[in-house]
Amino acid sequence: MSAQRRRPRALLALSCLVAGLLLLPLAFLFLEAHQVGWSQLSSLLFRQLTASLLWNMVRLAVVVTALAAIIGTAAAWCVERTDLPGRRILAMLLVLPLAIPDFVVAFGWTSVLPAVSGYGGAILVMTSGLYPMVYLPVAASLRGADPSQEETARTLGMGSVRTFWRVTLRQARPTILAGCLLVSLALLAEYGAFEILGYQTFTTEIFTEFQVGFNAPAACALSLVVVVIGLLVLAGEGSLRDRGRVAGAGHNASRARVRQRLGRWRWPALAGLSAVVALALGVPIGVIAYWMVRGGSSTLPQTASVANAAAHTIGYSAAAAVIATIAALPVALLAVRSPSRVVRLLERSTYIVQGLPGLVIALALVFFCLHYLAFVYQTSFLLIAAYAILFFPLAYVCVRASVLQAPEGLEEVARSLGQRPLAVRLRVTLPLVGPGLAAAFCLVFLSAVTELTATLILVPTGVETLATQFWAFTGNVSYGAAAPYAAAMVAISIPPGILLSRWFDRRPAGSGLRA
Amino acid sequence: MTEVSITDLHKAFGETAVLRGLALETAPGSLTAILGPSGSGKTTLLRVIAGLERADRGRICLAGQVVDDGHNYVRPEGRRVGYVPQEGSLFPHLTVEQNVGFGLSRKDRRGDRVASLLKMVGLGRMGRRYPHQLSGGQQQRVALARALAIDPQLVLLDEPFSALDPSLRATVREEVRGILAETGITTLLVTHDQEEALSIADQVAVLRDGVVAQFGSPHQLYHDPVDLEMARFLGDANLVDGMVEGQKVTTALGAMALRSSGDVTPPPAGPAVVLLRPEQIVLSADQDAAGVRGRIVRSEFYGHDSLIDVVCDQLRLGGHIRVRVQGATRLKEGTEVAVSASGDAQAWPKSA
Repeated sequence: MSAQRRRPRALLALSCLVAGLLLLPLAFLFLEAHQVGWSQLSSLLFRQLTASLLWNMVRLAVVVTALAAIIGTAAAWCVERTDLPGRRILAMLLVLPLAIPDFVVAFGWTSVLPAVSGYGGAILVMTSGLYPMVYLPVAASLRGADPSQEETARTLGMGSVRTFWRVTLRQARPTILAGCLLVSLALLAEYGAFEILGYQTFTTEIFTEFQVGFNAPAACALSLVVVVIGLLVLAGEGSLRDRGRVAGAGHNASRARVRQRLGRWRWPALAGLSAVVALALGVPIGVIAYWMVRGGSSTLPQTASVANAAAHTIGYSAAAAVIATIAALPVALLAVRSPSRVVRLLERSTYIVQGLPGLVIALALVFFCLHYLAFVYQTSFLLIAAYAILFFPLAYVCVRASVLQAPEGLEEVARSLGQRPLAVRLRVTLPLVGPGLAAAFCLVFLSAVTELTATLILVPTGVETLATQFWAFTGNVSYGAAAPYAAAMVAISIPPGILLSRWFDRRPAGSGLRA
Repeated sequence: MTEVSITDLHKAFGETAVLRGLALETAPGSLTAILGPSGSGKTTLLRVIAGLERADRGRICLAGQVVDDGHNYVRPEGRRVGYVPQEGSLFPHLTVEQNVGFGLSRKDRRGDRVASLLKMVGLGRMGRRYPHQLSGGQQQRVALARALAIDPQLVLLDEPFSALDPSLRATVREEVRGILAETGITTLLVTHDQEEALSIADQVAVLRDGVVAQFGSPHQLYHDPVDLEMARFLGDANLVDGMVEGQKVTTALGAMALRSSGDVTPPPAGPAVVLLRPEQIVLSADQDAAGVRGRIVRSEFYGHDSLIDVVCDQLRLGGHIRVRVQGATRLKEGTEVAVSASGDAQAWPKSA
């Protein structure tokens, strides 16, 4: 048994290494804060600016989260539970806005309607970009939930409206709230869209302090605030997720349910959802197409052609996707196959990354490198590492699910059928785990392709990716020149996006996505 | 035809000792049931025999070849042991045919071996299906065919029927027994279901605290349990007070001969606890019949027989006497009856 005993130990060591690497940015941030010193930090923190940034964040988060919850839940209910015409196409169209980066959406609006800006603009852009984070998990939970509770409510004399409020919504509530917290995290991390819309938040301020003012202490101090908020939101989400599991799928989940007839409400409902799709999907894509057709020259010299920038984007994203997927494997194997309290703690610690905005991760790496590893600064290595850390949680969700598809018992049976360990890996483990690993790769790749903030900070000198070149042109109001880069980003995202959606469709309903 | 020979087998997980000096010898071609409550080490025993766990100490021989003695160890893929885990564990990404052919060489996979195995387990037309398209019983039979495909010297079945619907269980069990008898392969079957062990196996090994507490034919185990605990574990047991004198024991239900067959040593003279199986008890509605008076408190009809519970105030038992009678009974709940016993009895000294 020595071989089998050694394996968890090796896995444990690897997992600890992965968790340690993931927590490095946080450690670097605290190290920087320590070097700046508390007196300077407190003078940077406790001032009017921090309060106004916090107020901007809160008033935006409250409104966007509420709107995303209403739109996401209503859309999910209409698509999953009613006889809405065209619901199958809508189900796909309603998710797609996730694939369009929010800074491209913001560009879409302001480049044709400069009036879309400030608080109102931020609400419009962020709501239309983020509601799928509520829609997707709620739709999955509505699809997977046991219909017998609702049926029981009806037989106990509740009407369909009361059943919806008192049973359906009650069942979906943990999922809705968890989606809302994910929306809040995304708002906290967003930079590009707010910069375009001229809405000041922590991220725009941190970016300005660091990149324009070269004021590292101020950037560090504000990052600390963001990290604290992020971790609080994350903790809330974690506790909800544990509770949400209780309300999961029941025995009868696979039973076909009777769809609610919308009657005369079907056309207004269809019009409403079509409007959502038009605003969230139609506007950005339409505007990109418009600028592509109209074309336009730029006074700004083009440092990278679309092909050149695309090559860099694809290279960095693919490398990060491979690294994140491989790094997720030992942790997932350990968590699924030899769970223990230590392992759960380890697993939880990797979730912490989710609460850290890309900007903060990038800055923390820069702080550390400037002090100790100057030769790594502005190399592609650092950018790939940042992507891998930032998107590790996404890879982990897929890899963990795929490891669950390959129980150890199957490998043991294969051994006793006369197969050597290597043959077992190739003939049993790989075919079972493979699709999930591919999904993990796709998800990280997709996210890295559309990443802007960390890329702006860490991209090697003289190199432009699609995102950074797009950003340079929009900053210069050269919309026609910028559009092809946005189009390329979206085009590159489509194939992995299709693969990914097929993988999610194959999986049992309700096994929640965490975007 | 392989005999399994296990001596002094020890296996612990961390601080928890699971197998503590287990010994077992089974005959070639026999079907042996390993019976025990959950946590008694049944599955661990199978996994050590299959080579999926290594023994800490002791020795396992298959057909005279040592496969594990705590130092030397033959890997699972080198043992030719067909292992059928709980719930079958079919490879979900492979068709039924591919599952069955998994352990075969590429050449053999193309031959008609797979088809003939599928035919043997009665799934000749299911080859192209995927496991999730099969019923539980069908999956179990595919798993068996897959294990048989490698021409194993020994087949191990881990609770093979526990995941099945109770109504299916008996049928699948019979089918599996038939298939195994046809091939003549030595088989070990783990179960916690006494009825299953007694009905399917040639030999039963009862596992208790990591050792074999008793090993013998189903008949031996039922009629000659080694101790009181074993008597209670296998089947319904009525335990009444008695007095042993020589080869006889006297109870309130009558005097009976002590059983002397097998390796059972009769208890010394004096107070004893006497085991009476439900089918040994005789009830009579005739108030003048011999025996103690009792009153029927429950009567359950099972078709082939009926189980009747009788309370006898005289016996000062904690519970009641359980009686099995053939077919239906006219005795209703509440009826006063005379209770007596027939046949041989087994007894243990009262202090035990």
